[in-house]
Amino acid sequence: MTDYSYPAPTMSPDTRPAPSRYGQTALRWLLFTLLGLFALFYLMPLFVMVTTSLKSLEEIRSGSLVAFPRDVTFEAWRTAWSGACTGIQCEGLRPYFWNSVLLAVPAVLISSFLGAANGYVIAQWNFRGANLIFSAMLFGCFIPFQVVLLPMARMLGLMGLAGTIPGLIFAHVIYGIGFTTLFFRNFYVTIPSDLVKAAKVDGAGFFRIFWSIFLPLSLPIIVVTVIWQFTQIWNDFLFGVSFSQAGTQPITVALNNIVNSTTGIKEYNVDMAAAIIAGLPTLLVYVVAGKYFIRGLTAGSVKGLMQ
Amino acid sequence: MIAWLERQIPKMVLAPSFVAILIFVYGFIAWTAWISLTRSKLLPKYELHGVIQYKRLFASPRWETAMDNLFIFGALFIGISMLLGLMLAILLDQKIRVEGVLRTIYLYPMALSMIVTGTAWKWIMNPGLGIEAMVRGWGFESFTFNWVIDPKMAIYAVVIAGVWQASGFVMALFLAGLRSVDGEIIKAAPVDGIPGWRIYSAIILPSMAPIFLSAFIVLAHLAIKSFDLVVALTGGGPGYATDLPATYMYAMAFSRGDIGQAASSAMVMMGVVFAIVVPYLYSELRAKHD
Amino acid sequence: MTPILDIQNLSKNYGAVQILNDVNVAIDPGEFLVLVGPSGCGKSTLLNCIAGLEPISGGAIRIGGRDMTQVSPKDRDIAMVFQSYALYPTMTVAKNITFGMKVRGVDAATQAQKLAEVARQLQIEPLLNRRPGQLSGGQRQRVAMGRAVVRDPKLFLFDEPLSNLDAKLRVSMRSEIKKLHQNLGATMVYVTHDQIEAMTLATKIVVMKGGVVQQIGSPAEIYNHPANLFVADFMGSPAMNLIPARTRRQGDDVQIEIARAEGALVVRQASYGHDRPADVILGLRPEDIVEAGFRSGATVQAAKCRIDLVEPAGADTYVVSELGGKQVTARLHAETKAQPGAMLDLAFDLAKVSFFAPDTGERLN
Repeated sequence: MTDYSYPAPTMSPDTRPAPSRYGQTALRWLLFTLLGLFALFYLMPLFVMVTTSLKSLEEIRSGSLVAFPRDVTFEAWRTAWSGACTGIQCEGLRPYFWNSVLLAVPAVLISSFLGAANGYVIAQWNFRGANLIFSAMLFGCFIPFQVVLLPMARMLGLMGLAGTIPGLIFAHVIYGIGFTTLFFRNFYVTIPSDLVKAAKVDGAGFFRIFWSIFLPLSLPIIVVTVIWQFTQIWNDFLFGVSFSQAGTQPITVALNNIVNSTTGIKEYNVDMAAAIIAGLPTLLVYVVAGKYFIRGLTAGSVKGLMQ
Repeated sequence: MIAWLERQIPKMVLAPSFVAILIFVYGFIAWTAWISLTRSKLLPKYELHGVIQYKRLFASPRWETAMDNLFIFGALFIGISMLLGLMLAILLDQKIRVEGVLRTIYLYPMALSMIVTGTAWKWIMNPGLGIEAMVRGWGFESFTFNWVIDPKMAIYAVVIAGVWQASGFVMALFLAGLRSVDGEIIKAAPVDGIPGWRIYSAIILPSMAPIFLSAFIVLAHLAIKSFDLVVALTGGGPGYATDLPATYMYAMAFSRGDIGQAASSAMVMMGVVFAIVVPYLYSELRAKHD
Repeated sequence: MTPILDIQNLSKNYGAVQILNDVNVAIDPGEFLVLVGPSGCGKSTLLNCIAGLEPISGGAIRIGGRDMTQVSPKDRDIAMVFQSYALYPTMTVAKNITFGMKVRGVDAATQAQKLAEVARQLQIEPLLNRRPGQLSGGQRQRVAMGRAVVRDPKLFLFDEPLSNLDAKLRVSMRSEIKKLHQNLGATMVYVTHDQIEAMTLATKIVVMKGGVVQQIGSPAEIYNHPANLFVADFMGSPAMNLIPARTRRQGDDVQIEIARAEGALVVRQASYGHDRPADVILGLRPEDIVEAGFRSGATVQAAKCRIDLVEPAGADTYVVSELGGKQVTARLHAETKAQPGAMLDLAFDLAKVSFFAPDTGERLN
């Protein structure tokens, strides 16, 4: 280590010896060792998943959990994608992957768009009662979904959407509005209200101001919201397992069915490949746009609610 | 007339969402509350019968296990995640050159579905082939690590997976907090001869009390709602050993056809959430107004 | 001539809180009206009411003789410049300026022609393809003005447009606005809390406080004949000296007695009106108290005063003396020999004096 820049306390009359250079270096090594060990702890499951998915069942049974695969085979991946059994059907994750895409894309777009419009109204067109409505929406972010599960299932039945992807989209949109509205409202509230006034004087109306002025400057918060919603909806299991039926299930439900199906021999390599496939889209989003992901997390935490 | 309509546009834009929230959040809570006071079984019955479902609920050993598990899981999950997250944040705050990479590594589990997390840890903790087999393979023949199939220990296995998933998030929260502490104070401290660890314990940590609180609230919220993790890792088993209120509710609602029980358990869950969240929200809002 | 802007009995409240109370103002074409007052006096709200950005609670606003109560901002034939400039952040300067025309469906050729005209007039041609984020404060200010000018409105509204600029830039932009007013022959309403801006720009000033108009008049009227103690104190820098005094009638004349440590200072004034109370507040601007010998005339009276403080300010030197229990500022020549602690002969120009009633604060003469 060459970090000698730490200032010795020469300004004070303190006569204690400054920590020795060796002590400093030792501490520094300890620090890196600790950080490295934790990195291993967090990486280990991913490592095990990847290596296991590339091994044959034979090798899994005979070798160690953390050993590199001797003969790399993508057989498990092929099975996970197109052959693994989720109960009686054995079509792999593929159809469910597309279910999740078909579900997540519209649900993310609709809920984000509604959140943008709501946030725009609440932050810039405040009318009497708007803040009360906002509080009511925020409150909805905190309820445990179990409390709406039963009536929602019945409601989807009444609407003819039970067990369908549109039904799931509907549920995700409704219970996503609170967060998306919060994100956009907190963003738009920082924009000076003079902007709307200037545009009004220029002759623009409510929608024109939204399209021409507010949406173009919303890119950062759109990215944060879309990532947040996508992660939430892609990773959802509760709504998926409660409101879908065979054929319309999202990927998380299918993954769980593959892993916990009791027929045949346990194919751990297939389980791991399936788990990676299910986790890959959100992991990819995290790697590509981690900054926005973290911003969404902290904004979605309670601190952000209070702004 | 047109001017009037123009002025109503903002209200009309907000109205659909408001009506939706009113029906699908508040209306539905009311519906669930009502059903929890009836003898509904497979189908809802609307005739009120007092708190009979709650009596059944609190007399049920399975529910008792679920609540016990919630407190064990909640306490450990929150406690360990906070400690670990705080420690990682402090370690990362030492002007590390590879901080960005490490942060990414510590936080990535948060991007995964709990189902994926559960699946991975279920395999890692598999007694026959996972860690247990690995350590035995190293020559420690008597080593046992069979928590996932041990009714007494299974809930702790859930804690491990939960901590792995959420502690990085706590780290991110704390790190942001550490970075927002006034740099002047930290610079002044060594000049005054105050050792590094004292700076943390006496100056920085106390100023982060709000972050402790919000990390606590988020983790508590996660703990109460956690359902996927248990389903994927243990399926609530062995037996009912790792049941949580969320899995109990789901079982009553969708496999047992006992929606009265499901409704009453959901209401209790909401009660627990609000007992934690509402005082916090209230104090935060009050602090804002002062 | 129909006033271009005519505000009658205007009132505005938020719930029980009265923001504007019975405001009456009218201006003719080509006038430069400045609304001035401390923050919270309602001047910006009044401007927003004129623009139609805030609904009014009572009274009427006419622009060009037309009642505007139900007319939306875009149809009022106005243009507005904001304190924060309110430039559209994602649009270039050119798009900012033409946005209004685009919304109103003006054809592209006309847009381009008007844009070029305004850009030349305000010397912002090199900036047209930049975004607001790439401009300095002064440049943003110009663009904001360009966006207003291109509209060629009946009425320009300015909401504290210079308060985000540094002192030097503020002075130069101030003269630019004045030049713009003269070149365009436009009618302008301008809100500021800075009384110097008000004095330099206005042809007519409205002084406001607590939602109530205190005085309307030309800058000279406001400065020389403030209607009450508030206006006297608010307009002018350093502020008008407001000195408690007693009056004693002597025939047509009146003796004015001002208490101070060295014994009462007594001055006389002729033609002091009747029916005035004995206790008054005497208002005299610092420039109307000079060193004895520098001003003469029947109304100028000298008295020895103890100087407490000498503040050279380059062109002038201000000295402070205590009169009637108040710190009184006099504006002397830079070459004055005044020394703190010493006595100095000061000349008071009583022709310029204002009298106020101590209880109501209203002007008496």
